[in-house]
Amino acid sequence: MMNCQQATKLISESQERALSLPEKMSLKLHAMMCSGCKNFSLQVPFLSKAMKAYARGQDEEVKD
Amino acid sequence: MSALTNEGMKSDASEASILSDTAFLNDLRRQMVKFATLQLSNSHAAEDAVQEALIGALKNAKSFAGRAALKTWVFAILRNKIADFLRQKKRMVEASSLLREDEEGEDFSELFDKKGFWQSDEKPASWGNPQDSLHQNQFWKVFEICLEGLPGNQARVFMMKEFVELEANEICTAVGITTTNLNVMLHRSRLRLRECLENNWFLKGEHA
Repeated sequence: MMNCQQATKLISESQERALSLPEKMSLKLHAMMCSGCKNFSLQVPFLSKAMKAYARGQDEEVKD
Repeated sequence: MSALTNEGMKSDASEASILSDTAFLNDLRRQMVKFATLQLSNSHAAEDAVQEALIGALKNAKSFAGRAALKTWVFAILRNKIADFLRQKKRMVEASSLLREDEEGEDFSELFDKKGFWQSDEKPASWGNPQDSLHQNQFWKVFEICLEGLPGNQARVFMMKEFVELEANEICTAVGITTTNLNVMLHRSRLRLRECLENNWFLKGEHA
């Protein structure tokens, strides 16, 4: 079975490229059993979102 | 503090006040130079890019209702200038310095055990509904501190990807690294950034 280091690597790479079907499947299987990696898979897209929100000027959104 | 708020409210007066607010402009310029230098690793090019972005933005200072809007606009221009520069200039950085740091950092053992599973105290926790944090001032302070805590080259490629919004292959060309290398650096930067946010924000409960 895939370990957490490999799983987080794939989760990270999914931001740069489309994962293959076997990659997606084994990732899914792993995340079903691993809350840490499941959480990581939700956090990575959030990091991207936060960085972009930051770039677009968080000050403005925050100040209302 | 109250003086600042009052000024910000009078939108007709804000144009003049921004341009005469040297402390604000100096601070803005400093942040821009820091960012551009990190991205371009070429201080001349960074100064040039900042200069152009500032001139371009201040010409239109009239159309900005306040400091936050001006800052956003100036950084948007700067981002475009950096993206152009990186796309034109191929392999402007010494790839060796990037590779070295990357090799040094090959050790994941703080996070994962020998079999590659999370160390019990490193396992990512649930962040609940993290979107709410995007509207909280304090979150952005933590976010900035965490970004600054990343090793220079990790911060650089992460921001190229998520802030300058270059494609992975463009980053590889600009920085002179392989895709494998880039993936390792982004993987690391994400692990680090999320850990920092979790420890200093999501598990702290200040935001609740």
